[in-house]
Amino acid sequence: MDEPLLHVSNLSKSYGSRIGCEDVSFELWPGEVLAVVGESGSGKTTLLNVVSTRLEPTAGSVSYRMRDGGWRDINRMSEAERRFLMRTDWGFVHQNPAEGLRMSVSAGANVGERLMAIGDRHYGNIRASAIDWLGRVEIAGDRIDDQPRAFSGGMRQRLQIARNLVTRPRLIFMDEPTGGLDVSVQARLLDLLRGLVADMGLAAIVVTHDLAVARLLSHRMMVMKDGRVIEHGLTDRVLDDPRAPYTQLLVSSILQV
Amino acid sequence: MKSHPLAASGLAKSFTMHLRGGILLPVVENASFTLKAGECAVLAGPSGVGKSSILKMLYGNYAVDAGSIRIAHQGDIVDLADATPRQILAVRRDTLGYVSQFLRVVPRVAALDVVAEPLTARGASIGEAREKAAGLLARLNLPERLWHLPPATFSGGEQQRVNIARGFITDHPVLLLDEPTASLDAANRAVVIDMIGEKKRRGAAMLGIFHDTDVRDSIADRLIDVTAFAPRQAA
Repeated sequence: MDEPLLHVSNLSKSYGSRIGCEDVSFELWPGEVLAVVGESGSGKTTLLNVVSTRLEPTAGSVSYRMRDGGWRDINRMSEAERRFLMRTDWGFVHQNPAEGLRMSVSAGANVGERLMAIGDRHYGNIRASAIDWLGRVEIAGDRIDDQPRAFSGGMRQRLQIARNLVTRPRLIFMDEPTGGLDVSVQARLLDLLRGLVADMGLAAIVVTHDLAVARLLSHRMMVMKDGRVIEHGLTDRVLDDPRAPYTQLLVSSILQV
Repeated sequence: MKSHPLAASGLAKSFTMHLRGGILLPVVENASFTLKAGECAVLAGPSGVGKSSILKMLYGNYAVDAGSIRIAHQGDIVDLADATPRQILAVRRDTLGYVSQFLRVVPRVAALDVVAEPLTARGASIGEAREKAAGLLARLNLPERLWHLPPATFSGGEQQRVNIARGFITDHPVLLLDEPTASLDAANRAVVIDMIGEKKRRGAAMLGIFHDTDVRDSIADRLIDVTAFAPRQAA
């Protein structure tokens, strides 16, 4: 089964005359983590939103290999099909966990919701899965009935990850998953993500402005500036031997500790 | 004729420093050499002559401007000089190992698991991988109380031993060694020399940088003079 999972070609998104992202093409393979880096306004979040169908592209296409092996253009799917894909085979981890969680229902329900969406109706099984997943993201099982509003930022982020992974998606989108967290909390989350991605063979697209996060998590890296991809390659290569002037500036601006 | 595990031909590399007015910094020119199975070749020459750059080109951390790096990978020949990132990662997983001078520490991961990871990445069970990792760390005299701690707070020599164990745990047919003994004491240097000898007998091809002449004399089958690949000074 040596075939890509996602095929993005010539994708552009403009907001009126302003460019969001322009003419972006890439493939993503099963188990591969792609980091998209750049400053605010570089178009990396726009790209993530267009690829994940949260925004409609102005031009270009995104094809996805479904579980049955068939390729589908995701912008030609019905709204219902797209929503089903988002709930089952895809995940989306927002920078702000409040956007990805339901803050007024219990942690257990947050995790169980996606299982119910795919037709699981057995309360005992759903609860058992929820406890299992809370454990995998290092949340104690006795917090299952608490609402996420009672959780710290790091716990909320881990809960959001559990909520996304419970249906065993094959592709996950992450928008600054460690942004806004304390450094020690970031490290724990990164380590957790790294382990889960490897264990589950997940493909992921991670948007981050933090090159250290990209180094730790990703295999491949795309550098964006003014909506365009200006450099693309093996993560080690882009960071150790940056070619584009802007990438050299980014890499040389990292603070060493 | 059986092909070499690794053959570099006509390699050239320069850096364009865009932040410094686009000056061109040539590092290596027309580097050609081959590695044979069961030998350890050593890159020789003074500091700054491009030894580390050559290892980084071979491992894919540096892009190559010209030339080819042909490596025998699972019955095929892959040219690393223009392989895709996916191909490079596959070659690294199964064929090409690298022991760097410094450990890139992953927060929170215990030393034992840092060492075990290349084996689990190739499909070994975690139990089997940890057992082998423990054997290597014991052999390199890393105190057992450190095995379950993340190496971030270890001394330079302790981190280097974790790094060596990680690089030696798999049976990669080609292994790059970037001063793996630089911060080790005599007893541990001797262990590494033994380990390199064992790799040779198992048919691995190795290419290394060793500043310590004692170590170099005990493991080098051949020296590759890197000054021959130094670029002629640009005007």
